[in-house]
Amino acid sequence: MFGKLSFAAIPFENPIIMGAVGGSILLAVVILSLITYYRKWTTLWKEWLTSLDHKRIGIMYIILAMVMLLRGFSDAILMRSQQALAAGMAHGYLPPGHFDQIFSAHGTIMIVFMAMPFLVGLMNIVVPQQIGARDVAFPFLNSVSLWLTAAGALLVMISLGVGEFSRAGWSGYAPLVERQYSPGTGVDYWIWAFQIAGAGSLITGINFLVTILRMRAPGMTLMRMPLFSWTTLFTNVLMIFAFPVLTVALTLLTLDRYLGMHFFTNALGGNIMMYVNLFWIWGHPEVYIVILPAFGVFSEVVATFSGKRLFGYRSLVYATAAIMVLSFSVWVHHFFTMGAGPDVNIFFSITTMLIAIPTGVKIFNWLFTMYRGRIRFATPMYWTLGFLFTFTVGGMAGVLLSVPPADYVLHNSLFLVAHFHTMLIPGSLFGFFAGYYYWFPKAFGFPLNEKWGKGAFWCWMIGFYLAFAPLYVLGFMGMPRRMEHYANPAWQPYLVIAAVGTAVILIGIIFQMIQLAVSIKHRHAVRDLTGDPWDGRTLEWATSSPPAVYNFAKTPVVHDIDAFADMKEKGIAYSPPDQYHDIHMPKNTATGLIIGAMAAVFGFAMVWYIWWLAILGAFILLLTVIARASDDGTDYIVPAAEIERIEKRRYRQLTAAAANRPADGPAMRQSLAEM
Amino acid sequence: MLLFDPKGPIGDGERFVILAAFVLMLIVVIPVFVMIFWFSLKYRASNSKAIYMPKWSRSGKIEFAMWLVPFAIITALGFLTWNETHHLDPYRPINSGVKPISIEVVSLDWKWLFIYPDYDVAVVNQVVFPIKVPLSFRITSDTVLTSFFIPQLGSQIYAMAGKQSRLHLMADESGIYAGHNQQFSGRGYADMHFKAIATSREKFEAWVQKTRQSADKLDPERYEELGKPSVGYPVMYFSSVTPGLFDHIIRKYLPIGMNSAAMRKDDSGSTRVKPTTLERR
Repeated sequence: MFGKLSFAAIPFENPIIMGAVGGSILLAVVILSLITYYRKWTTLWKEWLTSLDHKRIGIMYIILAMVMLLRGFSDAILMRSQQALAAGMAHGYLPPGHFDQIFSAHGTIMIVFMAMPFLVGLMNIVVPQQIGARDVAFPFLNSVSLWLTAAGALLVMISLGVGEFSRAGWSGYAPLVERQYSPGTGVDYWIWAFQIAGAGSLITGINFLVTILRMRAPGMTLMRMPLFSWTTLFTNVLMIFAFPVLTVALTLLTLDRYLGMHFFTNALGGNIMMYVNLFWIWGHPEVYIVILPAFGVFSEVVATFSGKRLFGYRSLVYATAAIMVLSFSVWVHHFFTMGAGPDVNIFFSITTMLIAIPTGVKIFNWLFTMYRGRIRFATPMYWTLGFLFTFTVGGMAGVLLSVPPADYVLHNSLFLVAHFHTMLIPGSLFGFFAGYYYWFPKAFGFPLNEKWGKGAFWCWMIGFYLAFAPLYVLGFMGMPRRMEHYANPAWQPYLVIAAVGTAVILIGIIFQMIQLAVSIKHRHAVRDLTGDPWDGRTLEWATSSPPAVYNFAKTPVVHDIDAFADMKEKGIAYSPPDQYHDIHMPKNTATGLIIGAMAAVFGFAMVWYIWWLAILGAFILLLTVIARASDDGTDYIVPAAEIERIEKRRYRQLTAAAANRPADGPAMRQSLAEM
Repeated sequence: MLLFDPKGPIGDGERFVILAAFVLMLIVVIPVFVMIFWFSLKYRASNSKAIYMPKWSRSGKIEFAMWLVPFAIITALGFLTWNETHHLDPYRPINSGVKPISIEVVSLDWKWLFIYPDYDVAVVNQVVFPIKVPLSFRITSDTVLTSFFIPQLGSQIYAMAGKQSRLHLMADESGIYAGHNQQFSGRGYADMHFKAIATSREKFEAWVQKTRQSADKLDPERYEELGKPSVGYPVMYFSSVTPGLFDHIIRKYLPIGMNSAAMRKDDSGSTRVKPTTLERR
């Protein structure tokens, strides 16, 4: 009846896991009680969970990303404290095998359930507004993507308390992930969480590619598109080409594990290195999937806070395109030590180094955007500068690793771990934070507290160097990654420093939580009525904060790269349209949520071999899709009168803002005066 | 830092590559660091004396330079890579005029087995060899993917079941060097390390003689026993080894009628896959 599932699957004997499970359940109960107490269930259901509004979906994505960031970071604390203690004869405090689950979960969560939702969330909030559109091309699919990603994340969370997570690393190398070497349910949780979230990402890629190619405002040629939209476009192409490879690799592995086939086994014709190749054919573009959108954020932030056009717009676009293409030609650099011939290794080494050229060009573009600008040091700019400096260090380590003979000694060492964290933390997470601070006032109508934000930045920055500089040294000292304990006592002092670094980052995260609470508490005092708190340059700042459901009452017409800066200069940024028209919008629906829920049920049932439940889940999922496909009443009309009422209120606000807050930019006051 | 204190020519070469690449990159990295601080400071909003050019967004000269400089550095690095990757290819025999010693390495859960085919001895979790003599390793795995690595001698290489990989190393100085598995392989991974003992030719010969006195012999039954997963297996000496054991370990993973395409080249340097490679000895 319940397949392999029984009460024995719950690790009652492990106090650390039970503590984490208890904590998570307690937190969930507190949140649910609060919702009930404030009678917010209807609001939550009607306006959020079933919403097809790209801005709300974006916010939900980012909430998911932040929750998973906390989970992934807890794993980091456990790993760092374990390694700080487990020197010589000491074996640390984690039960055997638990450390392996933690590092596997940490990687999977941070890439698939933190970075991915964060960037998709930012894309959702920003891209349609930036290109002057009212929603994405497929609003319903957008909701499906969100709930599929959430379903994957849910499976990872469930694996904490019911059964176990994979012990084979986030990349799940064959044949360690085969049934022979990993008979437990952990690898199955990993497979289904990855697979379900991957389907969501693929749909997102298609959705945003079509949105950007087909829904730009009149006049916005590709070469007038803001950089964040460009990087999103490139990311979407990467998602569309890379994710199917992962889907296939995981499907073949599933056949091996569930039906006893031999794609990636040691014996009977299986080829373990084929798995490794397929994984990295997805895995390396995936690095750029999570980094390119952050590059887009930095481009927007640097131009806005330098009060200047982006330097070398064309170079930036072509450099990003070059990175996109090259990212598919470098995957073998993840396993130079496989024993391929020197010519093969050299080919992949040179393509890898080539990526450093466009990346270097981008760094120079950002620097020369600052050159002869008027730089305002708001929090988004702090993260950008922190990124520029740290990413250059990480890039240097990366080019070093791309030289095969250097990789022969540094591969799989802590140097490698330090390298990719120096790329991904500044290169993607800092970018997401910059975007979070930059677009928060757009999404919610009030900015985040700057003082706590800067405090958080310095904690992250100092903590980052304390945590990862020692790992570079340890790499040169010959310490491999993923050691549950180690015999060499010389490594311990460095690992203690690294653990201290993690603690400093923790303080940064606590600051960010306080910042959010403080900002919400004082939101009325700092409310942004203009919709343009930073003197922005691109179209998302032309809408109100938060934007009306339809974003633009009248579709803007674009004449320049920085469309909104151009409008402000010409004094037409705030001129109301002569006449309002009806707007056609998608209706909310619970279908996406049901599909996500059924995908989670299906995944859970597959993990535990509960076949009837898997069939039931898949069947309901299919029925839901069919029902949705035959539903003709999926949209509604916002009447012109309603739009006029909303817009009139906005213009009253704008006038009030201009009168009350003279600091809000001369351009706006001038154009409002002309009204 | 072990990697900066290599004890053999391969490690030496790899240290040179790391340092050379590092210095080359500084040519572009240092200006970037300077510019980050300089521009942030000079063009801060509060400094009204600095030039402000809000519309300035292109300059052919600057853009040319910012493509050219990284390109030039990568070209230089590309040449270095080309030469050194050929030179430090793990499959390339070390040419020192001395006849190399063959060592067959099998990675097991979670221990290392070293077979000396020319001396008919084998050791678990320890490898002993003379200095200034090239070591010619043939490496395979009888379990999951692992990576064989003695950091101070240089290059690691994967050990894969059903496949043979090659590695050539040499020690210039006597000493006891740490060796380990560098690829996560499950429960006993953290304990999968061994001592690599480099010693004089005489002491090595004496060690071989002593090992030959061991009462333990490595036959298929004993090997079966050894292959069972265990953590913290003690160092163990075998006075004789069933001939062809190493090839047998590889061959058991090959489907009938297939030969391993992973046998990239033999010591003669030929890169053609020889269907009979496995039967050579």
